[in-house]
Amino acid sequence: MSVRVENLSIAYRTLAGDCCAVDGVTFTVADGEIMGLAGESGCGKTTLGTSLIALDGRMKQLSGRVLLDGEELPISNGKAMRPHRMRDISLVPQYAMSALNPTRKISKIIADLLGCHDVRYSSVAEEMRRRIALVGLSDEVLSRYPFELSGGMRQRVTLVLSTLLNPSLLIADEITSALDVSTQRAVGELLMEFRDRTYVRSVITITHDLSILAQVADTIMIMYAGRLAEKADTASIISAPRHPYTRALLASLPEVGVRHEQTRLTGIPGRPPSLADPPAGCRFAARCPLAASQCREQPPFAEVAPGHFVACWNAAGRDIPAVPAVPAAACAPESRTAPAVQEVTS
Amino acid sequence: MSGSSIRHPAVPAGAPAGPGPAVTPAGPEAGAAGPLAIVSGGLAAGSVVRPRRRREFLVYAVRNKKLLFGVSLELLFVLGAIFFPVISPHGTAEYFLPHQPPSVAHWLGTDYFGHDVFAQLAIGLRASYLVGALGAVSAALVGMALGFTAGYRGGWLDEILQMLTNIMVMIPSLVLLIVIGAYLRTRGAVFEGVFIGLTTWPWVARAVRAQTFSLRSRDFVDLARLSGKRPASIVIREIAPNMASYLFLVVVLLFGSSMLLAASYDFLGLGPTDSISLGTMMNQAMLWSALQLHMWWWFVTPGVALTGMVAALLIANVGLDEVFNPKLRQQ
Amino acid sequence: MSTLRLDKVSKLFRAADADGGTLPALRQVSFGINPGEVVTLIGESGSGKTTLGKIVLRLITASSGQVLFDGKDIAAFGRAELHEYYRYVQGVFQDPYSSYNPVYKADRVFELLREEYFPKIAQGAWEARIDAALEAVALNPGEVLDRYPHQLSGGQQQRLLIARALLLDVKLLIADEIISMLDASTRVDVLNLLVGLKQAGLAVLFITHDLSLGHYISDRTVILRHGAIAEMGPTVQVFGNPQHPYTRMLLESVPQLHRRWSPRSAGLEAPAAAGEQAAAGSRPPARPRHRPPARQPRRGRPNPMLEPPPLTECEPGHLVAAAELEAASPR
Repeated sequence: MSVRVENLSIAYRTLAGDCCAVDGVTFTVADGEIMGLAGESGCGKTTLGTSLIALDGRMKQLSGRVLLDGEELPISNGKAMRPHRMRDISLVPQYAMSALNPTRKISKIIADLLGCHDVRYSSVAEEMRRRIALVGLSDEVLSRYPFELSGGMRQRVTLVLSTLLNPSLLIADEITSALDVSTQRAVGELLMEFRDRTYVRSVITITHDLSILAQVADTIMIMYAGRLAEKADTASIISAPRHPYTRALLASLPEVGVRHEQTRLTGIPGRPPSLADPPAGCRFAARCPLAASQCREQPPFAEVAPGHFVACWNAAGRDIPAVPAVPAAACAPESRTAPAVQEVTS
Repeated sequence: MSGSSIRHPAVPAGAPAGPGPAVTPAGPEAGAAGPLAIVSGGLAAGSVVRPRRRREFLVYAVRNKKLLFGVSLELLFVLGAIFFPVISPHGTAEYFLPHQPPSVAHWLGTDYFGHDVFAQLAIGLRASYLVGALGAVSAALVGMALGFTAGYRGGWLDEILQMLTNIMVMIPSLVLLIVIGAYLRTRGAVFEGVFIGLTTWPWVARAVRAQTFSLRSRDFVDLARLSGKRPASIVIREIAPNMASYLFLVVVLLFGSSMLLAASYDFLGLGPTDSISLGTMMNQAMLWSALQLHMWWWFVTPGVALTGMVAALLIANVGLDEVFNPKLRQQ
Repeated sequence: MSTLRLDKVSKLFRAADADGGTLPALRQVSFGINPGEVVTLIGESGSGKTTLGKIVLRLITASSGQVLFDGKDIAAFGRAELHEYYRYVQGVFQDPYSSYNPVYKADRVFELLREEYFPKIAQGAWEARIDAALEAVALNPGEVLDRYPHQLSGGQQQRLLIARALLLDVKLLIADEIISMLDASTRVDVLNLLVGLKQAGLAVLFITHDLSLGHYISDRTVILRHGAIAEMGPTVQVFGNPQHPYTRMLLESVPQLHRRWSPRSAGLEAPAAAGEQAAAGSRPPARPRHRPPARQPRRGRPNPMLEPPPLTECEPGHLVAAAELEAASPR
């Protein structure tokens, strides 16, 4: 058991009050597992990923804990997390390399970053060169400036850099989103290769693109409006999804081979609820074709088949006990709001 | 610093965060409210959002101590400029006993020649504001015209205008003023104000050009072009409102700097030959050894007035900056 | 009858680096769009697809070649003709947020059109027109009118822009990556909307990097590579029987839900390197800022950059850049 997250709730402090972006999330990532985390924008997936490594000033941990190999990570304590970052747990943020200082060479940036973690550049230089060759780049990239590299090259350099100290867990946030399909594939395959070579033990890869997860991920976890909707191995999620949201999401994805004359895809009507004031009960209920009165109560994230967790009354049935037990969510909504006004679809 | 955010709890949840530049309630935006209200079909709810945004600025403005202090102080000077000439018991052309310290008869004493200092100050305040306003307006007009044109059009026109701007920066304005002054029979406050404006526009032009350049690449500008809009209309109604707060700050700054610049020209004897200003008062005081004669009222008065006027403007400017810029608000 | 025809359209950009060369963004691209037809322009970043869309919208001008709309060269249009052109040809862009002026409410995009194209329309008639356009894009007027852009979802923003185009007598819509920034659950609705418009007779140039979206919606597909056409023809043929190695490579790389990437013959290094070839090595530099890593003398071989490979017809209507067949295969 590599990473275990238990009942984690993270809120953003806003002037209007706390906004619970991650609400009572419990899951496990096994050794050697690449777990894909998917969901619409604003569903809290990036917050969840970021919270495992560093809470920024606006984020607040409301409940829960994160265990790495049985040892609890002090995620709400930035100073105590420092020694863990890069060594135990590492993050490739969205737009990682676009935010870099354009006036410094890659090697200098890397040296600075390593220096922050008390690692001498020279002590890892050789291994780094080996891995840069592995990802298909030449040493020359180190003497370049960030803007001289294409998106794919940058993403590869970030991947090498973030896994240089062989972390137990890598959190890759939208690392393939801005890339062309060919480069996307190359980076996705590298992710698997790095795992196979145990440069990194487990990976959580965050994306809005389910089809890329179908390629690289072993398990997929779907998030909706701050809560987990479904988690299962990739094949089950793709072929036998149980949560209505997962089904709707899959049904809205065009694939090569699908044409509008033959298959009319449909989107999901409506919008996700506001996280500042979420509705009580199942948060997907307002958009769900199967919603019933039962859905006014929050469904547990229950194991309906081995390794297959779903938070839906329809999928689970009432009698199945929640495994693992989910205590009352830390930020239970006080008010029940009317379902979001539905966008009419053509 | 967790407490810092608590001090400003009034940010509406819908306040633009991040990418959008700060928006002012002033300027062309206000003018466009009319047609927008029409397109919304006269819905009563239509007018709700805009006043809220406006009120948001007002809330921050009223809370900002620097802004309040600066504006109040400046207002005092403006009132002075308006009413001092009216209440002054003496005119500037009258002669009295020279060398008089402040007294009931002469509130700020008399100078070396027997002129009433308060009467001079009253006229000088007006002159300073006139020069400041003329300088700010002419510099802003020229700078914005060239900056918008260069930034929006780009290409060879941009390069030519850039060259012109750089040449203007290179010309020493003091020398230019001396040369031009030699050809003029009299120099008035209007000439001085316009001259200052025509020599300080380059930095306005540069900043406006840079901002226009970045705004021009936004899609809404392309969309306005696809709506058949002319370039002038796009610049004035699409681009300029996005930098209205900035432009406003620039004008305020120009106002202050024009007054200062005018005072320095006057002090050097390059000021108006046919009128009195704060700078010429100081120039006279220096020429006739007010310091050595211990006539402090003659040179301290215009100096303090000028410092106060400009400082008030600059303090208000810092305050305004905090009001307009959401990033500065948080502190 | 062809609504739009591109005839050997090329665009050269000035290189940003010291040798002052030119970078070809488009190389003699020729194709046409007929009424009621969706043509997908597929290309990776730097392929020139956005440049092409902007040329058709005359936001930038072609370096050579012609864009003919109903037989007339759009580059020759004067102001009045361009004004008229935009009545029939409109665009929607990638980033909905940037398409709205943050200073104004979102429905101002309608008002701009009214000022230019319907200055005399009565208020009631105008509102009816807006309601009809909104209905066509499945938007509820009460939800989108009179709001600021940030109060709308990305899908609503993009649909509002399509509704804007529908207010005019639009015959051709340039849709540049209009759904790439939308969530999966809403993008398909926008796609279906385009399908509906097409069935109503609208011609659409659908620019995208996403092959599955292109395949879903389009009648014909143009695959752009390094500014030149690699392959084009009826969508079913291009996707079903891809001839160009580049097309095949793209198709193989597309992540699919129900089919895993087929293992590539070579080891890890080869595919990584192959991807990099596209990004760096042997290709003509596509974007001005990206210098090719290997510092080749670019001026020394201008011809292969400008002269696109000739297209040959492999089946009726299905054209492929034959000369590139060997050269383009991954080394």
